[in-house]
Amino acid sequence: MAKPNKNTLLDWYRQMVLIRRFEERCAEIYQQGLIGGFLHLYIGQEATGVGTVAALRENDHIITTYRDHGIALAKGLDPKAVMAEMMGKKTGVSGGKGGSMHLASRDHNFWGGHAIVGGHLPIAAGIALKARYNDEDEVTVCMMGDGATNIGYFHESLNLSAVWDLPVVWLVENNQYGMGTAVERASAADHMVLKARGYQNSRGEGIKEGPRLDGMDVMAVYEGISEAIDYASKNGPILVESLTYRLEGHSMGDPQRYRTKDEVEEYSAKGPIGRFRQYLTENYKNIESDLDKIDGDAVEAVNEAVAFAESSPDPTMDDLISNVYAD
Amino acid sequence: MADRPITIREALSSALREEMHRDESVFIMGEEVGVWGGTFAVTRGFLDEFGEKRVRDTPIAEMVIAGSAVGAAMAGLRPVAEIMTINFAFVAMDAIVNLAAKMRYMFDGQFKVPLVIRTTTGGGKQLGATHSHAPEVIFAHFPGLYVAVPGTAYDAKGMLKAAIRDDNPVLFVEHSTMLQRRSPVPADDYVLPIGKSDIKRKGDDVTIVTYQKGLEWSMDAAEELAKEGIEAEVIDLRWLRPLDLEPVFESFKKTNRAVVVEESLPMFNVGAEVAAQITNECFDWMDAPVQRVAAMDIPLPYSREIELAALPSPAKIIKAVKEIV
Repeated sequence: MAKPNKNTLLDWYRQMVLIRRFEERCAEIYQQGLIGGFLHLYIGQEATGVGTVAALRENDHIITTYRDHGIALAKGLDPKAVMAEMMGKKTGVSGGKGGSMHLASRDHNFWGGHAIVGGHLPIAAGIALKARYNDEDEVTVCMMGDGATNIGYFHESLNLSAVWDLPVVWLVENNQYGMGTAVERASAADHMVLKARGYQNSRGEGIKEGPRLDGMDVMAVYEGISEAIDYASKNGPILVESLTYRLEGHSMGDPQRYRTKDEVEEYSAKGPIGRFRQYLTENYKNIESDLDKIDGDAVEAVNEAVAFAESSPDPTMDDLISNVYAD
Repeated sequence: MADRPITIREALSSALREEMHRDESVFIMGEEVGVWGGTFAVTRGFLDEFGEKRVRDTPIAEMVIAGSAVGAAMAGLRPVAEIMTINFAFVAMDAIVNLAAKMRYMFDGQFKVPLVIRTTTGGGKQLGATHSHAPEVIFAHFPGLYVAVPGTAYDAKGMLKAAIRDDNPVLFVEHSTMLQRRSPVPADDYVLPIGKSDIKRKGDDVTIVTYQKGLEWSMDAAEELAKEGIEAEVIDLRWLRPLDLEPVFESFKKTNRAVVVEESLPMFNVGAEVAAQITNECFDWMDAPVQRVAAMDIPLPYSREIELAALPSPAKIIKAVKEIV
């Protein structure tokens, strides 16, 4: 694991701020009707996404849930093409046919954005199987919410990854609520990593019970996921948990009756971006001007993305019927 | 080399074996495909021949069999995943419908899914309601997926090879009571086109549209009808998706009457689709309403005689033909 230098840390800060400004704008234009369907914001969870993506090696793979904007941007997808997808435009990353929940880029080894809870877990197993089959050193990081750990796909996919010794990092982003149901009301295990124990033999072999990371600390996530990837590459599957918090509703229009304002404010105060900024200013002299520039650039990038998306054409009637099948 | 009669089981085995030799990225995964040799013995000997990497026993876990095969296919392999019977494919419905069939469209062509899911269908074996039906038409509802329903050894081999070589997901449905049926198959490599139906018997008096087990019943019925001077044209659909009805329309314009025969349930079935399309395309040639022969509208029972009574039969087909001829 490479120790991040100042430029790397600044780049993580840039990514987190870009994701935050991007999504704040998404929420605004959603209210104006420029984005349709569902919109699931990642606000509050940016450190987990950015730290995880930073830990990926060049040929590693990542796949995630419908709360996928942060991963797409951290992976380096063009914010213009991501915003265009949000608005259903032809220039979107998925041609306007996937929408907010179905961002992907094969060129970036980013396998999507998937909207059936748990549905992408077997896909992650399959991608990892390809690496095993071809004897390639590629790890697949499969992100999921805490809610996904209760669905059948979770059991079948984790079990298969242990039986077939697949190089997967199963990463539970525990944001404490599956929609509006608190973890302890939906899951028999309160710590998600405990579930690894069901996929170990009597000698302790199988899925390694990994750490519970501070998901609000980008550096802790980076270190933890880097170690997990190294473990998966050398040994096989591992289950890791990142403790985080969704500062916005499950999706737009969530009345949030399941939690108190005080709770949200408490987490907001220790949010990942402010905390990281504070770390940087305390540890690097004269870094404020860099950070301020990054803040300004993020707003600029989001403005450009919105302008690009708004001026982009809708998909055509030809696009409507294309890519149902491969030729 | 001369054609030689082989069973559907042998045809499937040889198609798989030849494709695995041809392409290193083709592999088999599923329930009892390895050590057991396949519950219908299609993959017997494969584990010794190809090894554990390419002949992979899975847990009895259909969601991840289908789902991980989708992932492996997206990543560049060519899995042939086996789900022992189509009854268990219901457990994998999400993986087949939401993952396999939609992955390409939803991400606008970024991914392809060169996947074959092999499974067996059919009732008539006294297995009770959950294990006895022919519900493959359900899967033909979904664009993005192909559904193969071969009824002869020749078709089974050429269609399975086509399915493996194609870059789209194919649900390849075999009939569990027909694996011992023999028909002549060339020794040389051949591949049949995807989505082409086939005229299995020529006739001028009535068009019978069918597939798989229905093909067997229909051919028997046609022989009986011929004794009475009624010549049925029997068209084997071979694929439920893509559905090739051009030969059906052509035949109908000659016979002016049709019967659709299938083992599935009578509502929202293949017959409904075919009858609607014939009505639209051939209304001016229509001398009688399209007849449908299917299973009775009940879950199938265990007891032998009443189970068979619920299924189509040559006698029921003959009766349906005589309603309109």
